[in-house]
Amino acid sequence: MHIMEGFLPVEQAVGWTVVSAPFVGYGLVRLRRVIREWPEQRMLLGAATAFTFVLSALKLPSVTGSCSHPTGTGLGAVLFGPWVMAPLGMVVLLFQALLLAHGGLTTLGANTFSMAVVGPFVAYGVYRLVRGLRGSNAVAVFAAAMLGDMATYVTTSVQLAITFPDANGGFVASFVKFAGVFAVTQVPLAISGGLLTAVVFNALLRFDPAVLADLGFRRAKEVVS
Amino acid sequence: MKRKDIIMLLIVVALAVVPLVIVKTPAEGDIFLGADDKASALIGTISPGYQPWFEPIWTPPSGEIASLLFAVQAGLGCGFLGYYVGLSVGRKRTVRSADA
Repeated sequence: MHIMEGFLPVEQAVGWTVVSAPFVGYGLVRLRRVIREWPEQRMLLGAATAFTFVLSALKLPSVTGSCSHPTGTGLGAVLFGPWVMAPLGMVVLLFQALLLAHGGLTTLGANTFSMAVVGPFVAYGVYRLVRGLRGSNAVAVFAAAMLGDMATYVTTSVQLAITFPDANGGFVASFVKFAGVFAVTQVPLAISGGLLTAVVFNALLRFDPAVLADLGFRRAKEVVS
Repeated sequence: MKRKDIIMLLIVVALAVVPLVIVKTPAEGDIFLGADDKASALIGTISPGYQPWFEPIWTPPSGEIASLLFAVQAGLGCGFLGYYVGLSVGRKRTVRSADA
């Protein structure tokens, strides 16, 4: 769930676009490098993008009584690093803004920042952290995707709270209200997104060990069949 | 598919089914609307005067069309993902039988 079309004043819409632009720009540079230097990874890049498409279309019911969807940007961030997800996530947002009236063109910059920048960077950081603490790949991928997803919706709540501060409590009170809608709803969905990411990552590791080894991922000894 | 993966998928299904069972439809209003509908309602209470200054260029003419497009989105994504995983499985098998 993203910020709706027209719901950010012009100066903020422009501001978030300016903030997101360098990430998308450098992400494109990284994307070109992957495509040029490692052609065999191109298909995997496509698969990571496809996964984001799928999860963004999965509007799941939550215990709060509303529906939202996971973002699925964690898989690509873990595999290729966070930068490439900025342009790839933006493509998904653009598709939904143009064809589904979901999110919007004026809010594309803000939504790109939350879903395609903050989410992937948090996911990548969490993955590194869990691996550094000797957690297994599956646990690290699950935690990365789940927390990256949560970070996206916390960011959305911050963005809306900046735009619409509460008349009495200001930014903080407004943030609590928006987080109640976006972030709390998202908790079980983020868990689902994390689990699905771990399942797909496991499958890639099992069936595509050569490409993943090139990316620096190796299967733990005990699961080599 | 390993047992661990199957358990993870079952948890995903449970997380989707449990809310459908335990959350009751409120006396007034609808249930399981999109979180962005709730957010726009919230914006309405925080800043009653706010008018969105830009409308979506194109809106799906009905909920049916919207779900069609969401299904297309998920279908394309799953199609490519399934193609890629299937390709990898086949490649791995071919390499293995060539080694044997």
